[in-house]
Amino acid sequence: MNPQIRRLFYVFTFLFVALIATATYWLWRAPDLEARQGNPGLVVRELEIRRGLVYASDGRTVLARNRRRELEDGRVWWLRRYPRGELAAHAVGYSTVARSRTGLEESLNDFLTGSNANLSTIIDATLDRLRGLTREGNDVITTLDLRAQETAMQALASSCGAAVALEPATGRVLALASTPSFDPNLVEDDFRQIERIEGACTPAAPLLDRATAGLFTPGSTFKVVTAAAALDTGTFRPTSEFDDPGYCVEYGQRVFNYSDQGTPSGFGRVTLAQAVENSINSVFCNIGKELGADVVLDYAERFGFYDRPPLELPSDEVAISGLYREGRLYRPDDPNQVDPGRLAFGQERLLATPLQMALVAAGVANDGVVMEPTLVDRILAPDGDVVERFGASEWKEAIKPSTAAELTAMMTAVVASGTATSAQIPGVEVAGKTGTAETGVAGRNNTWFIAFAPARSPEVAVAVTLTDQAGTGGSTAAPIAKAIMEAVLSRNT
Amino acid sequence: MTLRTRELLNLGLVGLLTAAGFASVYIARQEVVSTASLSYAAFFLALFLAAHLVVRLRLPDADPYLLPLGGLLAAIGLTEIYRIEPDLAFRQGLWVVVGVAAFLALVLFLRDYRELDGVKYVLGVSAIVLLVLPALPGIGRTINGATLWVDIGPLVFQPGELAKVLIVVFLAGYLRDNREMLSYGVGSGRLPSPKHLGPLLLVWGGAMLVLFQTRDLGGALLYFAIFLVMLYTATARWSFVAAGLALFLLGAFALYQVIPHVQDRVEGWLDPWSDPQGETYQLVQSIYAISSGGVFGSGLGRGVLLSPEGESYIPFLETDFIFSAIAQELGLAGAAAVILLYLLFAFRGFRVSMLADDGFSKLLAAGLTAAVSIQAFIIIGGVTGLIPLTGITLPFVSYGGSSIVANFLLLGLLLMVSDRVERTGRA
Repeated sequence: MNPQIRRLFYVFTFLFVALIATATYWLWRAPDLEARQGNPGLVVRELEIRRGLVYASDGRTVLARNRRRELEDGRVWWLRRYPRGELAAHAVGYSTVARSRTGLEESLNDFLTGSNANLSTIIDATLDRLRGLTREGNDVITTLDLRAQETAMQALASSCGAAVALEPATGRVLALASTPSFDPNLVEDDFRQIERIEGACTPAAPLLDRATAGLFTPGSTFKVVTAAAALDTGTFRPTSEFDDPGYCVEYGQRVFNYSDQGTPSGFGRVTLAQAVENSINSVFCNIGKELGADVVLDYAERFGFYDRPPLELPSDEVAISGLYREGRLYRPDDPNQVDPGRLAFGQERLLATPLQMALVAAGVANDGVVMEPTLVDRILAPDGDVVERFGASEWKEAIKPSTAAELTAMMTAVVASGTATSAQIPGVEVAGKTGTAETGVAGRNNTWFIAFAPARSPEVAVAVTLTDQAGTGGSTAAPIAKAIMEAVLSRNT
Repeated sequence: MTLRTRELLNLGLVGLLTAAGFASVYIARQEVVSTASLSYAAFFLALFLAAHLVVRLRLPDADPYLLPLGGLLAAIGLTEIYRIEPDLAFRQGLWVVVGVAAFLALVLFLRDYRELDGVKYVLGVSAIVLLVLPALPGIGRTINGATLWVDIGPLVFQPGELAKVLIVVFLAGYLRDNREMLSYGVGSGRLPSPKHLGPLLLVWGGAMLVLFQTRDLGGALLYFAIFLVMLYTATARWSFVAAGLALFLLGAFALYQVIPHVQDRVEGWLDPWSDPQGETYQLVQSIYAISSGGVFGSGLGRGVLLSPEGESYIPFLETDFIFSAIAQELGLAGAAAVILLYLLFAFRGFRVSMLADDGFSKLLAAGLTAAVSIQAFIIIGGVTGLIPLTGITLPFVSYGGSSIVANFLLLGLLLMVSDRVERTGRA
């Protein structure tokens, strides 16, 4: 039997060598594995770094700071605290031991941990390590305007919805609010409390950032895009006349105006400007049929639909707006696959994020140019030196300046005498557009308001959306948008 | 230098290593652990010196490396367990005492291990009974998807570990009796007669049945591999091994179809990154632990094994995944050293088998050695992702009373064979 036993020993030798080889393979893969989320080695190493602080745009209000915790074995961990709680929970996100990270905490992790490939940071980190000092990360100054953010959160508090405020000329995000919100401190302390949060809607989904990742039917706010297409292509002018019988005929079927505009005969003879002012579906339905779905979608693309807004949040927290089919983004090759009439007034499986609709308003406000939205103003090294400054850059050239001017005039009329008189600010000209997307269930309307002000030299553009509403965009969302715009405009006084 | 003096020196070396290990855990975690840790090494050394004295008395010619190898592996396990959870290490220490006591009792009271040949069928049937015990309602206990434990009053144990040793003894006896018939077979096809092959097929069927009952993949793999190794040793017929493997794969494939637990394990092995927060969490965490150790490891007590709340990132860290913990804290060097200790154990064990002059001793020594080697391969292969992960202990190292006691009994038998072999060889 000895030959067999000898061979067996060889087999076992081979198997054990294979084990050592496998362990060696994992060692070789270590640099790649180290960076993976969920690798406790990485998480723990980062806990030993004093993360940079996150500030509001004033550079003083701290949104995220650290708490020192000494472990039993003498090591020091820096755990995150969020002194303002719910205020900017979605934009700032959280960084925890148990549940990884979200928001800016995730996307700016390299800066916050000082591991970004910047020469001075690398030298600092190396010196700190040599001296045995705690490694410090870089501070982040966001663009969030404290007053606008607070106003938005308070105004939204009792509803499910979101609000986004932008500076049209720069793309700076002044407010990014989503409700129901959550206290990011609880993510680590007691996650069950977050799971129990209830809101005006079911599920409450407090962790979802409705402002950037929530997809809603834009309804009549999308008429701004359709009107832009109608004017920019030269197909129509603000004075072009239409006949409104109260409905529009599509595929042999009548598509009626919004149910509150219950005049059976419709508005009769109206101009395009009047159709925007009163949000007349039948007119836009006919414009859509005339332009075709392809042209309307082209203009939607020019405003940023079908593209992920380059906000500094993690890409899975910023949704792409556009037509959706079976939960997937969908750009039809054959225009006949889309109902152009219903598309023109923002129905027809069209979904948009509040951020995207704010970008539409900002694009019109900024002479037709959509700026890249940005949440970060600058990154500061621990010694206060600027590591990186986030400047303004163009994202999309949506429409001609003349088209933007015509749209501004029409949207100003909406607030002055149309569907959104509740958004009027004394002494300031406001341009806006309401939206009320009917979901087919009473009291479950999805209301919208997009606006910018002052109309002639815009400082702020906003989008507000609320779900599960009984009222219209003009009565529910417009007052909130007004409050946010007032908060922004008052900062200079 | 006599064999026993060599063993004593080896044990002294093991004692030094153990002391160094506990001292380094103490230095790294002195906020958590007390100076009592240093007494572990002294206690451990005293225990094995006692074992050494009995071996010197009763088995003067036994292999001088096997006992120190078992002791060193047990010391490595105890040190790492101590680092993970001092309370568990205290219990593991007690189990090592019980294991060494069982070892001593075996050596002192079993006059001649060949007496076991006479009761092999009793042992074989006992093994089957032990294997079936956990499946009995009332006393069986299921942990992590496998029904492996028996829970009687204050005692929870894993009868499969003891069954492993009994199966080896039974197979050594049975194959010695029938190896000629199995080797040459009858008729033109050289197929063994059903009379001789039957019991073997029965064993295969039994292993599959037990696997089905208990969901114990690792155990089934272990028993079946021991069986094939011993069958090959006895008959030198690769065709048996090939046929056996084919049958096993067939059975495994059938089980794969019906047991979701098996499917998860195989799919997790094929693609560990498919569900790192769910099904493949354990394997992925184990791989992270191994990869982050580097060449020399983080040092005992300095690895990232526990969350701030003291929970281990890898469930079953001190049992199935102890190798991952060792690999992180002692690095590739330490991991390879542990693997090489098993290789050395295999070398010494197979050497005993080759020197033996009777079939029973040869098969017994080969079977016992193979059992330890295969078991080590199955679990280390599992936690490194080389083969599908199946829960089984790392012999001598993992936390667990049944495993420790069974492996020390196994070591005792191997030393008894060794002693007799060397003595008759010189005579």
